[in-house]
Amino acid sequence: MSLPILKFDAVVVGGGGAGLRAALQLSEAGLKTVVLSKVFPTRSHTAAAQGGISASFGNSEEDNWHWHMYDTVKGADWLGDQDSIEFMCKQATDAVSELEHYGMPFDRLENGKIYQRPFGGHMADFGKKPVRRACAVADRTGHAMLHALYQRNVKAQTHFFVEWMALDLIRDAAGDVVGVTALEMETGQVYIIHAKAVLFATGGSGRIYQASTNAFINTGDGVGMALRAGLPVEDIEFWQFHPTGLYGAGVLITEGVRGEGGYLLNADGERFMERYAPTAKDLASRDVVSRAMQVEINEGRGCGANKDHVLLKLDHLGAEVIDQRLPGIREISIQFLGIDPVKQPIPVVPTCHYMMGGIPTNYRGEVLDGVDEKVVKGFYAAGECACASVHGANRLGTNSLLDLVVFGKSAGNSVIEFIQTLDEIKPLPANAGEFTLARLAKLDSAPATGVKIAEVRNAMQVCMQQHASVFRTQDVLDDGVEKILDIYNQAQTLYINDKSKVFNTARVEALEFLNTLEVAVATMIAARERKESRGAHARVDYPDRNDEVWMKHSLYYSDDRRLEYKDVHTKPLSVDYIPPAKRVY
Amino acid sequence: MTNKVKFSIYRFNPEKDSKPYYQDYEIEVGEHDKKLLNALVKLKDDADDSVSFRRSCREGVCGSDAMNINGRNGLACLTDIADLKQPIVLSPIPGLPVIRDLIVDMTQFFHQYHSIKPYVIDERPMPERERYQSQEDRKELDGVIECILCACCSTACPSFWWNPDKFLGPAALLHAYRFLADSRDQATNERLNDLNDPYRLFRCHSIMNCVDVCPKKLNPTKAIGKIKEMMLARTV
Repeated sequence: MSLPILKFDAVVVGGGGAGLRAALQLSEAGLKTVVLSKVFPTRSHTAAAQGGISASFGNSEEDNWHWHMYDTVKGADWLGDQDSIEFMCKQATDAVSELEHYGMPFDRLENGKIYQRPFGGHMADFGKKPVRRACAVADRTGHAMLHALYQRNVKAQTHFFVEWMALDLIRDAAGDVVGVTALEMETGQVYIIHAKAVLFATGGSGRIYQASTNAFINTGDGVGMALRAGLPVEDIEFWQFHPTGLYGAGVLITEGVRGEGGYLLNADGERFMERYAPTAKDLASRDVVSRAMQVEINEGRGCGANKDHVLLKLDHLGAEVIDQRLPGIREISIQFLGIDPVKQPIPVVPTCHYMMGGIPTNYRGEVLDGVDEKVVKGFYAAGECACASVHGANRLGTNSLLDLVVFGKSAGNSVIEFIQTLDEIKPLPANAGEFTLARLAKLDSAPATGVKIAEVRNAMQVCMQQHASVFRTQDVLDDGVEKILDIYNQAQTLYINDKSKVFNTARVEALEFLNTLEVAVATMIAARERKESRGAHARVDYPDRNDEVWMKHSLYYSDDRRLEYKDVHTKPLSVDYIPPAKRVY
Repeated sequence: MTNKVKFSIYRFNPEKDSKPYYQDYEIEVGEHDKKLLNALVKLKDDADDSVSFRRSCREGVCGSDAMNINGRNGLACLTDIADLKQPIVLSPIPGLPVIRDLIVDMTQFFHQYHSIKPYVIDERPMPERERYQSQEDRKELDGVIECILCACCSTACPSFWWNPDKFLGPAALLHAYRFLADSRDQATNERLNDLNDPYRLFRCHSIMNCVDVCPKKLNPTKAIGKIKEMMLARTV
């Protein structure tokens, strides 16, 4: 059976912040581009980002990109590539100015400049004291940014395939990427999209955990496709647990609450972060705060009947500040817990939030394979699905939105350059699409005795939560690998009852889950091997960072489930290397 | 502790149904499953994987899961099960073509949104950094930029039902005002000219269903009133 073929210069997979920024670059360059998005672009998970986007404007006090770079390197616990980090921090003010020019409705200071607030790990003068660097639209910054980027794409007449899900990468005999297969949900038709370049901006995969701030659509599709195509995923053992997920519901409560002056309390009413981070206190890096909260809970100082959460106090900020700067989280807290933060503290708990790892790229957004970082021709990635690597072992709040626009644009520019060097589109391999059709056939022919999505998905989420959470140990990880591989085997008989074609969301969920599961397996195996504590990967049995052995990126390949390790980039583009130091906040 | 939830859900699959029908379900949900979306997801997971609806963020910011709930448009993720009379009758948001079950074709809705040129028009050379905007000017955008394009408002509007191709509908008009109100936008006149049409703007009869159903508590009727004021101010 042959599939219909559609031809483009470039295909962008994903319509969130990174995909839209990349698409803008490509559309404005006049390339024949299409953006595939599983959901209408403004429904992408970028919309849920709250607190801000970092840029060292220094609108309220002195700041510069060198300090931003230092904070990012330190926040990443020296696992970030310093060339990429310099690239991002140096471009931040230009990137955010560009968003303002696109119409993003930033809050303003009295002098008309963009309003900036303090945030976790944002410090002046190389870690000395907190600085206001997070450019904010109240606590709806991601929503405002996503809409502004979509609107700009409307102006640029970008071509979208809405509610299309990419299924697999197509690589030719040389290993070059020449397209993707994709499912048009409304009709159920599968197509081959033949393109000179493919750019992934498919977002994260936080749905591998039971408690997650992530949307249902964050299912690691890009990483799943890359792994199935024989490419690696980098540093996938590093997952950010956001300190303030809403207790019970998982919904994000922005770090901006603490930026505006809120703080955390344990059951004794103690502001415990003062003990863990004497300088930054509640504005230490997220991994530091999440661990501190978990220790408080583990040692019996958690709040509530089950002593299983802590409290985020902000009522002292007053209704006026809360309504002006934090209206969204007030709404969320009332909606989901019936608690009005103007009167009462919000119950919060560390909650899976962000995938630091991803498809390996350089700062140009080119995808890299192997320890020697061979560029995969025709393949680009940006945003949460990519690992540039700017976030290393722990991402700073607000660096994610910055990552999307800086690397979305950079990857877009790299695509433009690459296409200019091509005389014509490389031909599709003769068997293009067969792999996808076999996968679909397997799903449709599974016996009714096979496992249902909800069963295995739930098992996976429980397994990840119990075996690869905030604190990790060898025994627990070893067990975790055994369990997750067992779940992987069960999923080989994944069964859906609904076999229809038109908008079959059961089939979509099954295909998403198979991607998510690849990410979960990769996480558990990579975490089992890393025998040190660095950033978000906290090993009780190896409590210290071990730069001599472990200051290196992991690369996981799914075909034989092997790990390789490559060097961290220690040469920034123009400034001096920031050597490892003890990480104190 | 579990609670029983009874549903009556609009079903239509064009591959096998000649006409739509309502199907009844009864499921049990856990004590943490407070929202309608929790129950729908559970229904799809455990009882019938063919029930089709859109969903994503589950926190009211993406606008995916708009549906008609016991006769009233709303977001499933922000609707408490406890507030609903059972069986909960779920239908697609009205007035748009149904693709399948609760999933509608939103082409017309987005066409109207796109038609108002939903982007800041300012062809002047941009400064190196941000343009400045006063806090007062910025304040004009509060209450409009929060729109999530869920279409609860436009598909609750009788004027939009009768003329979805000619009347912009409350969502697109809210956005039309968003750009008129933005001090950075330089196309006020062109925008007002475009809206000065018996249908595009003036089919709004202030029925105010839009205000009533907006899950973000926005007020398109007020925005429409402001557009009319701007038009009037221009003529005098």
